[in-house]
Amino acid sequence: MKFLPLIWSNLRRKKTRTVLTLLSIIVAFVLFGFLSAIRQALLGGVSLEGANRLIVRHKVSIIQLLPMSYKERMERIPGVAMATHQTWFGGIYQDPKNFFMQNPVIPDEFMRIHPEFILPPEQMRAWQRTRTGAVVGRKTAERFNWKVGDKVPIQSSIWSRKDGGFLWEFDIVGIFDGRDKNTDTTPLFFRYDYFDEARSGARGEVGWYSIRIQDSARAAEVAKLVDAEFENSAAETKTEPEGAFVQAWAQQVGDIALITASILGAVFFTILLVTGNTISQSVRERTGELGVLKAIGFTNAAVLGLVMAESCLLSLLGGGIGLAVAWALTSHGDPTGGMLPLFFFPVHDVVLGVLISVAMGLVTGFFPALQAMRLRVADSLRRI
Amino acid sequence: MNDPKTGNAAVVEVRDVEKVFRRGSEDIHVLRGANLTVPSGEFLALMGPSGSGKSTLLNLIGGLDHPTRGTVSIAGERIDQLSDRRLAAWRARHVGFVFQLYNLMPVLTAERNVELPLLLTHLSKAERMQHVATALAAVGLSHRAQHYPRQLSGGEQQRVGIARGIVTDPTLLLCDEPTGDLDRKAGDEILDLLHALSSEHGKTIIMVTHDPHASARASRTIYLNKGELTHDPKD
Repeated sequence: MKFLPLIWSNLRRKKTRTVLTLLSIIVAFVLFGFLSAIRQALLGGVSLEGANRLIVRHKVSIIQLLPMSYKERMERIPGVAMATHQTWFGGIYQDPKNFFMQNPVIPDEFMRIHPEFILPPEQMRAWQRTRTGAVVGRKTAERFNWKVGDKVPIQSSIWSRKDGGFLWEFDIVGIFDGRDKNTDTTPLFFRYDYFDEARSGARGEVGWYSIRIQDSARAAEVAKLVDAEFENSAAETKTEPEGAFVQAWAQQVGDIALITASILGAVFFTILLVTGNTISQSVRERTGELGVLKAIGFTNAAVLGLVMAESCLLSLLGGGIGLAVAWALTSHGDPTGGMLPLFFFPVHDVVLGVLISVAMGLVTGFFPALQAMRLRVADSLRRI
Repeated sequence: MNDPKTGNAAVVEVRDVEKVFRRGSEDIHVLRGANLTVPSGEFLALMGPSGSGKSTLLNLIGGLDHPTRGTVSIAGERIDQLSDRRLAAWRARHVGFVFQLYNLMPVLTAERNVELPLLLTHLSKAERMQHVATALAAVGLSHRAQHYPRQLSGGEQQRVGIARGIVTDPTLLLCDEPTGDLDRKAGDEILDLLHALSSEHGKTIIMVTHDPHASARASRTIYLNKGELTHDPKD
């Protein structure tokens, strides 16, 4: 701590240069925060509950439908505790930019298999009583100011009614909350029996199945049994963990993890060069001063430590401010109006960011510090 | 070992020291068998033309460089055999340096500049500040403690440099052309200060200088010419 004023003073030596370097580090870490939040929204929206759930979809693609009759066959497979289904409705509320998920489900089964959705018992009973009833997540309810008792019109982009219209009306009978931060509270779920009876085609078909397995350790084995059950049928299946399913859904726009890693890699590499150059230049300018420090008794290791500490302080300061700004900006939630319901900067990525900033400080400081350490006192004093 | 003339214990003993620098394929003999004894409390001036090896000898005595041959002992301790790491620790305890161009850290106040050598000790902040205050008072700059070097005159900056040199109460104060960058008045003040440190506080001081006016303030002057030490400027 006693060296801190010396280290801090050196950073203030060329204020403009330090501020510009600091700004570039801050921008890099804000970008890191945003990309982490986007990746979290696209790939990380699966709670731990999903560990003992598998998703069964059509082998060809997730837009191909599966027969309703698969449910009973699945529940007979050893290791499967229960099965239920969902179908992608693809609806729009008032404006195409008001995007959120709406799926028809069987209420009892759905809520049993998804305990992460918390719905008051009386609202659950109302849903069971009301054929056109729908429950909506807290986030969407607040977004559109929906209340229990409201009648909500939603225009489907896929499913027409028997009368040819695409407009569906639902009665909001409940508003559910998420058990934790990772639970998406933007979807709307409505009754499959109402949907199936009213739609103009594809009756008896569903989008995909969620199955709860008895033992999550046997997930791979159960997945194989399920796919084997429907092998050589008209609708062969692909069974995978819920996380993999969500990721496959997101990967339709590309390999999100690779894209974010590539962008961040390029950004941090550039920052590495910028910061490294700043520290290196600063050391070159201070050759004489470093010589004086050595003359008055600072060891080579102490000089190495001083330069490394300076580079780490710069990097940590920029990283810290950048991460704080990213945290503040992402704390307002989804900036897209529904496309990224789980948009937030995860704590583990904040910790990763801090570690990256430390590593960046060490890497950028290493070579200039080595250069400073190797200075011969007599030579450096001659250069003044 | 005591100095035969003064009877004081010898602080600096340089014996048969040679220093050879290699430039390309050529060997440059900067010092040729230099011998020097400096008793405790002496204010010694070291004179000689440019390139005569004055600064090299000062660097060897100050433990900033190793001799090619010969021995350098300070207060009875052979320093020519110490490793770089041990030499750094030795310098921190035993030597104060004063440079021609002051060599203060421009980003630190006078007080912080003087504190620098004390950062290597185990003193608490309060103790360090007490030592700094004493050193600044000794050079008459207590009132300028919070000023940055750019806010001080050349003479004042050199006083801060001297305060930094004496703050650890070193065995030896080595001054390389301490008045070389100052006008006569400021130079005289610095010489007065060095003289007082030697005569009143018993500091052993070796001062490299070109200036006969400065060397006249020392208790003894020796000359370096072509790498050899003499007591006569004509030799």
